[in-house]
Amino acid sequence: MNRSILRSATLLLGSLVLAGCWEAPPVESEQIGFRGVGMQTVENPDLTESLKRANVLPEPLPAVAVTEGGPKASDVYQNVQVLGDLSIQEFTRTMASITAWVSPEQGCAYCHVGNNFASDEVYTKVVSRRMMQMTMQTNTEWYDHVGETGVTCYTCHRGNPVPEYIWFDQPPANRTGGMAANSYQQNHANPEVGYTSMARDVFDRYLDGEQDRIRVIAQTALPIRNVTQNLSTQDTENTYSLMMHMAGSLGVNCTYCHNSRNFSSWEMSPPTRVTAWHALKMVPSLNENFLSPLGPVYPPIRLGQLGDAPKVNCTTCHQGVAKPLYGQSMLDDYPVWRGEGHGGENDYLVPYDPMVPASEQPIMDGMEKAATAGDDESASLDPVLRHLMTDSVVR
Amino acid sequence: MAEYQNIFTQIQVRGPAELGVPIGRDTKNRSGVFGSSKLLGAVANAQLGPIYLGATGTLSIVFGLIAFEIIGFNMLASVNWDVVEFVRQLFWLALEPPAPEYGLEIPPMAEGGWWLLAGFFLTVSIGLWWTRTFLRARALGLGYHIPWAFGAAIWLYLVLGFIRPVLMGSWSEAVPFGIFPHLDWTAAFSIRYGNLFYNPFHMLSIVFLYGSAILFGMHAGTILATGRYGGERELEQIVDRGTATERASLYWRWQMGFNATMESIHRWAWWFAVLTPICGGIGILLTGTVVDNWYMWGVKHGIAPDYPAVYAPSIDPSLTQTGDTAGATEAMR
Repeated sequence: MNRSILRSATLLLGSLVLAGCWEAPPVESEQIGFRGVGMQTVENPDLTESLKRANVLPEPLPAVAVTEGGPKASDVYQNVQVLGDLSIQEFTRTMASITAWVSPEQGCAYCHVGNNFASDEVYTKVVSRRMMQMTMQTNTEWYDHVGETGVTCYTCHRGNPVPEYIWFDQPPANRTGGMAANSYQQNHANPEVGYTSMARDVFDRYLDGEQDRIRVIAQTALPIRNVTQNLSTQDTENTYSLMMHMAGSLGVNCTYCHNSRNFSSWEMSPPTRVTAWHALKMVPSLNENFLSPLGPVYPPIRLGQLGDAPKVNCTTCHQGVAKPLYGQSMLDDYPVWRGEGHGGENDYLVPYDPMVPASEQPIMDGMEKAATAGDDESASLDPVLRHLMTDSVVR
Repeated sequence: MAEYQNIFTQIQVRGPAELGVPIGRDTKNRSGVFGSSKLLGAVANAQLGPIYLGATGTLSIVFGLIAFEIIGFNMLASVNWDVVEFVRQLFWLALEPPAPEYGLEIPPMAEGGWWLLAGFFLTVSIGLWWTRTFLRARALGLGYHIPWAFGAAIWLYLVLGFIRPVLMGSWSEAVPFGIFPHLDWTAAFSIRYGNLFYNPFHMLSIVFLYGSAILFGMHAGTILATGRYGGERELEQIVDRGTATERASLYWRWQMGFNATMESIHRWAWWFAVLTPICGGIGILLTGTVVDNWYMWGVKHGIAPDYPAVYAPSIDPSLTQTGDTAGATEAMR
């Protein structure tokens, strides 16, 4: 009797707790700070399995024997601007891995003209060259964010020619003009910012080119005239929506990076916040220097509603986990993407105009050997390459 | 045992409608009786009406309706007059206050003018309804407890939408009209001013809010539990303390050592309810005007404790980036 009362009471209490949750329970939490201050990370076990499946590394291609002093890719092939320093064996292996990561179904022809691999005729080849430079730049100049893990093509592409998570500038919200009230790009359901009603142009504000100010919390107990005036609650909502995007992209809550009492305090923040800070410098830089300038290269179908190029945000790499691919590095298998000798000292940040032919581009490190004969028909396929490009190896 | 007209009563008495005392020429302000409902009788008095609107009530509804329409039609316009989207996204839609650059000026209609107008009509409507609560209390010879309690809620409303924005010098500091938007505003407001939980008036407001709920629960539980001895006839029990009161008092004295009286419990409840928005309003009013970061204020005054560090303290990376003077300036703000 008593036991059944206890059981019903437990059930009732349990269902009350369940009713209060937004995501389907249970959500597991792990304490990461001092007891009693709400410092914990959360994980939804319903998602764990699918996330694990989605973040398995592809099998690395077998390593190739490299002949000391053998020919380099740029000695053999024409128009090899970024990977010219590689041995031909490693070069073909790298090309095959890119095919497996980016265009597994479309194959080499996704970027190359069948009878002339040196040609820049297909726009995807111009784009992928710039993406290679971006990968190297990221692993060298943005070490503070990507660390030893680094990124490769696969971090974003995951077998898709166009990465699944990209963003475009948003046209103004569908609203009546004239006297009707402006909703300031807010107040519409938006999954990008956690289904809050806050700013939908958050990427444009913070992740492309010049960044709106993110720090909105007062740094003094008492107001200081003229200093805090421009920190409005509305600015705070914009920062907040950026934070919602970050949390959603990483599958984490606020306390993954912030302490629970004073969001702005660095002294009390988990170290992850410093990593995230570098990301908020990195992403606008990548968009401004690499992604956006590619706009004129793309066919219209690849552009956004406002004609802008596809750009990256946190989700592009993270895809729902705090460390992309659960922090598994692919750089040991493909050391070329470490970008040693490339990308450092902002090599690839010189003004880039994709419409200028390769031969007239400013000479950059790693580009000295740029060949001019983009349409040379004598360019022929290496037997190793031909072998590697067959389906059996690529898959 | 006799059955009384409390929530447990299953018998609904039907007779001529009860109209109360004659009110002379004011009768014209009063509607007729709408009838009686068995369903209503199951949870309250079965008789519906008459309602007394009068000039203040009627005007209040008119002004309130104007505000409601301004907000609603602007929401509808924000989804391009698409009724389906309006229903679908209703909880997200809002009428926003003017942007910060307008300060306390009157902005164009599309840039916050509608918000000001809606706020004006809503305030007039609420003011008229308050007048009505006052006038009806006077007409019945009651004390003014209800108008003053309603006034406490109006104080919080005015602080949020008018007094604080005026003190801050910007309409943009006010709350948007909208379901989720006003909740997002609340969260952002707390973040912007360094965590409102360290605001003592916010603490007090929460104490009175939760206190109101527990007092309501304790009182209602006590009255229902003594209903079998006539406990719900509270006024009679106040005048002539009967066994219901005796048992209720004894119960709480046994439980916690002291007890409220039949009269004082209602003063407790009234003050707890009234102090919730009064304290909340003071807390909001001080935020941004007098205190800019409640956590830091809490540290300064010893109410925010230090906890042992679990990881090595981080250093603001904008301070360590060489040559990034913009970052350093940003950090010092």
